[in-house]
Amino acid sequence: MAETHSLQDMRQQAAIAAKVFIQRDYTNGTVCQFQTKFPSELETRIDKQQFEETVRTLNNLYAEAEKLGSQSYIEGCLACLTAYTVFLCMETHYEKILKKIAKYIQEQNDKIYAPRGLLLTDPIERGLRVIEVTIFEDRSLTR
Amino acid sequence: MHLGVSESMRECEYSQISTRSSTPMETPYKKRTPKKRKWEAFPGRNKFYCDGRIMMAKQTGVFYLTLVLILVTCGLFFTFDCPFLALQLTPIIPVIGGVLFLFVLGTLLRTSFSDPGVLPRATPDEAADLERQIDVANGGTGYRPPPRTKEVVINGQTVKLKYCFTCKIFRPPRASHCSLCDNCVERFDHHCPWVGNCVGRRNYRFFYMFILSLSFLTIFIFAFAITHIILLAVSHRSGFLNALKDSPASVLEVVVCFFSVWSIVGLSGFHTYLISSNQTTNEDIKGSWSSKRGKDNYNPYSHGNIFTNCCAALCGPLPPSLIDRRGFIQSDAPQLAPPTNGITMYGATQSQQSHM
Repeated sequence: MAETHSLQDMRQQAAIAAKVFIQRDYTNGTVCQFQTKFPSELETRIDKQQFEETVRTLNNLYAEAEKLGSQSYIEGCLACLTAYTVFLCMETHYEKILKKIAKYIQEQNDKIYAPRGLLLTDPIERGLRVIEVTIFEDRSLTR
Repeated sequence: MHLGVSESMRECEYSQISTRSSTPMETPYKKRTPKKRKWEAFPGRNKFYCDGRIMMAKQTGVFYLTLVLILVTCGLFFTFDCPFLALQLTPIIPVIGGVLFLFVLGTLLRTSFSDPGVLPRATPDEAADLERQIDVANGGTGYRPPPRTKEVVINGQTVKLKYCFTCKIFRPPRASHCSLCDNCVERFDHHCPWVGNCVGRRNYRFFYMFILSLSFLTIFIFAFAITHIILLAVSHRSGFLNALKDSPASVLEVVVCFFSVWSIVGLSGFHTYLISSNQTTNEDIKGSWSSKRGKDNYNPYSHGNIFTNCCAALCGPLPPSLIDRRGFIQSDAPQLAPPTNGITMYGATQSQQSHM
């Protein structure tokens, strides 16, 4: 009576039931932030707090990527002085944070979302427009 | 291309979980079609070179003109004026000229070849979801849909977000759809035919550096070409007209620079003003944040002081390209399946999706 799914199970059996899209939140300007409002379609699948925590962490990571601080200014000036060739050997601050975000989403999927039959898609694959949450059919209900 | 359900699901999982990378899918079952890169299927009107590394607008004729003008004028300067000036005055002149020239060329190429901040178009699922939301908001009336806008309050100012019918997204604030390139571009400034590309969030600083350094270079060449002519006239005592005949290259440079300097310096000044007030050309032309529109109208994106605005525009973090042009196309993108028997339907139509 498997009520939780592993990623392996989903790969072999699950069909997509629906997709929910978490849109961007522009109230703070053009900075990349997502709405933390809990979508109703996920009510039966996951805890509201858990989900909001995930979105909030993602928002914090994106805010860190776009932050205007001394580190970003130093990087910008150094890049300008080297005619941007410095980026042939090192990653930009933003790219480093994007890698962190990808790892975080992978981790969240493995630990929290996949066992509940959900899957988060990294927003960068959707042009930072939406967080796509794929809801898989709950096979345990169709018995 | 007929795949079994389990195989398609496995690929479907891989394509959803895999983080952004340009390596082809690892599943051993997809050996059918040769892998295409995403730029080859890009929906906008752009031209790509070097296997997707370089991205430009469709019409590039004027860009080549810009390149030729700069190369020829600088070429003439270094060949005919610099040897004379280096001997008569100081060899630092060609050095400074050389540095300026390389900087101008570097920033021009960087502006022209990079992604200005194109927003990728919505996936079919996203577009369907948005359409559903809009229909619900309109009360489900089928005829004469009203213009699709969303209002959002940013730092106290109400901003209208427009729906883009081509890209099927609500445009983020400050984004605009370029009709020449047929793309929505973030923080759209303008489409510049001289650089053969749109100027947007990702290449605005290069554009500004280009016009600023070009202003200095133009004034530099103008000044020293005239100096050359005057020194010739004075030293040979043969008169001004003979000096002109002795160095026709300098005359050509003076003419080209004289006609260019007004527009280039003017443009630099204009963009310096735009950067210091954190506005785009688009916003300035429309008068979006002008106080003429209303007493309470102000720019919600400005950081408050000129220094921060300049730093943010020129030294802020450089966002990555959102279109991933060199990534491989993951064909067989998963579509929503009707929840009956779990068989994935590819190319699901609107009617099938509405069953959800």
